[in-house]
Amino acid sequence: MSRLLSVENLSKQFTLGSGLWGKERRLDALTEINLEVEAGETLAIVGESGCGKTTLGRCIIAAQPVTEGRVVYHPKAGQSVELTALSKREIKPWRQDIRMIFQDPMSSLNPNMRVFDIVAEPLRIHKICKRRELEERVISTLEKVGIPAEAVGRFPHAFSGGQRQRIGIARALVLDPKLVIADEAVSALDVSIQAQVLNLLEDLKAEFGLTYIFISHDLGVVNYIADRVVVMYLGHVVENAPTEMLFERPRHPYTELLLEALPIADPTRRKPRKSEVRGEIPYLGNRPTGCPFHTRCRYAQEICRSDKPALRSINGTAQQAACHFAETLDLKGAYEDAGHSAREMAHAQ
Amino acid sequence: MPQTPMAAKPILSITDMSIVFTSPDEAPIEAVRQVDLTLTPGKTLALVGESGCGKSVTARAVLRLLDSNAQIQRGSISFAPPDEAPVDIARLKQDSLPLRAIRGNQISMIFQEPMSSLSPVHTIGDQIDEMMLLHEGLKPKAARERSVALLDQVGVPGARERADAYPFQLSGGLRQRAMIAMALACKPQILIADEPTTALDVTTQAQILDLLRQLQADFGMAMLFITHDLGVVAEIADEVAVMYLGDVVEQGSVFDVFAAPKHPYTQALMRSIPKLARKAERERLSPIKGTVPAPKDRPDGCAFTSRCPHAFEPCPSVRPARTEVGNGHHARCHLLTPVPVEEPA
Repeated sequence: MSRLLSVENLSKQFTLGSGLWGKERRLDALTEINLEVEAGETLAIVGESGCGKTTLGRCIIAAQPVTEGRVVYHPKAGQSVELTALSKREIKPWRQDIRMIFQDPMSSLNPNMRVFDIVAEPLRIHKICKRRELEERVISTLEKVGIPAEAVGRFPHAFSGGQRQRIGIARALVLDPKLVIADEAVSALDVSIQAQVLNLLEDLKAEFGLTYIFISHDLGVVNYIADRVVVMYLGHVVENAPTEMLFERPRHPYTELLLEALPIADPTRRKPRKSEVRGEIPYLGNRPTGCPFHTRCRYAQEICRSDKPALRSINGTAQQAACHFAETLDLKGAYEDAGHSAREMAHAQ
Repeated sequence: MPQTPMAAKPILSITDMSIVFTSPDEAPIEAVRQVDLTLTPGKTLALVGESGCGKSVTARAVLRLLDSNAQIQRGSISFAPPDEAPVDIARLKQDSLPLRAIRGNQISMIFQEPMSSLSPVHTIGDQIDEMMLLHEGLKPKAARERSVALLDQVGVPGARERADAYPFQLSGGLRQRAMIAMALACKPQILIADEPTTALDVTTQAQILDLLRQLQADFGMAMLFITHDLGVVAEIADEVAVMYLGDVVEQGSVFDVFAAPKHPYTQALMRSIPKLARKAERERLSPIKGTVPAPKDRPDGCAFTSRCPHAFEPCPSVRPARTEVGNGHHARCHLLTPVPVEEPA
């Protein structure tokens, strides 16, 4: 596999307007993010609201300027384009390759445009084709996502939520992209429709050789669709690992907390009480010193309050975590027969 | 009505209830069709289904919070508190005193979006106080003491100071806790929770589910829990009722329904959620084909006909009966009826 995109030391600050005497207040939305996306993989970015996952997606497609760091796109082996250094005009051709699908299928489609024009608009903006060819391309793309040709003259309100999401997907795919960023693309859908859209995303990926960045808060869906998972907390990457390793044995206490909180659709696996989950995400504006997670971490030690742990490979494996005790902690995974944790053994005694 | 065999006496029985929405320019729509549900003290009934299936309408009907274009056309909602004569809520006048004495007092409700269901211009303390001022005639000082104790009990840190906070000053999780405190202010016998964790993050959701379980153990109230999330159902429910387009298609104990779903819709719903399994055991999702039809296009027979893989001849025209398929486990499907159904002439 070759590298398709790298995010290097990316930081993003938002300015919250000036306070008294013109002193600016700043909010660190993303702090020194490093990650790589391989061609053909589905990389999931997970975390709770406010962790920076959407901001990261928006920084990658340069919908938002970054404060520091770089986003580098590798269209072919050996070629690299620093997206963050390009002007608006220079970046335009690369926008064909990196496309986005949004969460809310109602607010992301222009209600005054017909479906045909919504999907044709990217082709027109990028001056790719006209008339006959344009028409064919729009209709064949819509058919691939399951919208029949006779419906292309309708407005978005005439479609159900699932169909609207399919239109959003068609708009992203009509330019033959290489990388698709799906920001909570199935979160607003009902379960039965969510399953249809997940299957569609998988089929399209195989057919067009796509790479996905799948931003989600639903770990059940992520386990199903992703090859690799990046866990974010308060603007930091706290863990980055192949899906199965992460769900089998997380290496960061925050990942363990997320997995523990995940409701499982099987009443026989109901946990007695999830008393382990505690605290709430602190406000980004007053982020704790040291490890960002130490205020909620049940394993926190003195060092966690003072020193920030670096994201590093655990025992030379593909699993990376940013925790001082990542190598030694025995954290609990999410699979049914995941290995006994030390804590459970202690309980048994 | 067949009663699910249980030790305790039900506190609320909804029997054969239909709710019809009228509109000036369209035919009336039966949004809820002949639903039977029972709530038992100390137990949780989860009402699960996709958007538009009528689960919220059913819950609101119990408190008579329906809009003026919706009517309970048939059936009864019998509320039978211990040591009191049973009342048929469906027969009470919408804003009559007897109903207002029940609403918020003996039966209370928590809503999905705490931000839009709390008053933005009153402090949460004032909003909780109001419940006790109205229903119990407490003095303001005594009411505030109780409010602070309640906020403390639902896990709001610094309850005394937070009672003076406005909803916008609290996080989503704290707002939902304040809402729960308000619902519990008069020690209700029934708590209706309409998607109480849907707008929350997973870790906050886990805390709120925990809290509700704990409070139920402390207060012994019956709970009607509305959700679209089967994971949440598995975590919190004792009994589950699955709704589709206004019909309760299947109901029973949570263990029975999850272990052996009998209705094709329940079976399909279970197959549409990704299993938490390793890659090697991963199966492709088998979604339900098509989409939920609009209520006006619902067939007279089984509502699920248009999407059902097993649909056969009686399905579109004959409504399947509520069939007992196990101990307290019921489903409405022609496949489960022992005798083949005759087509009506």
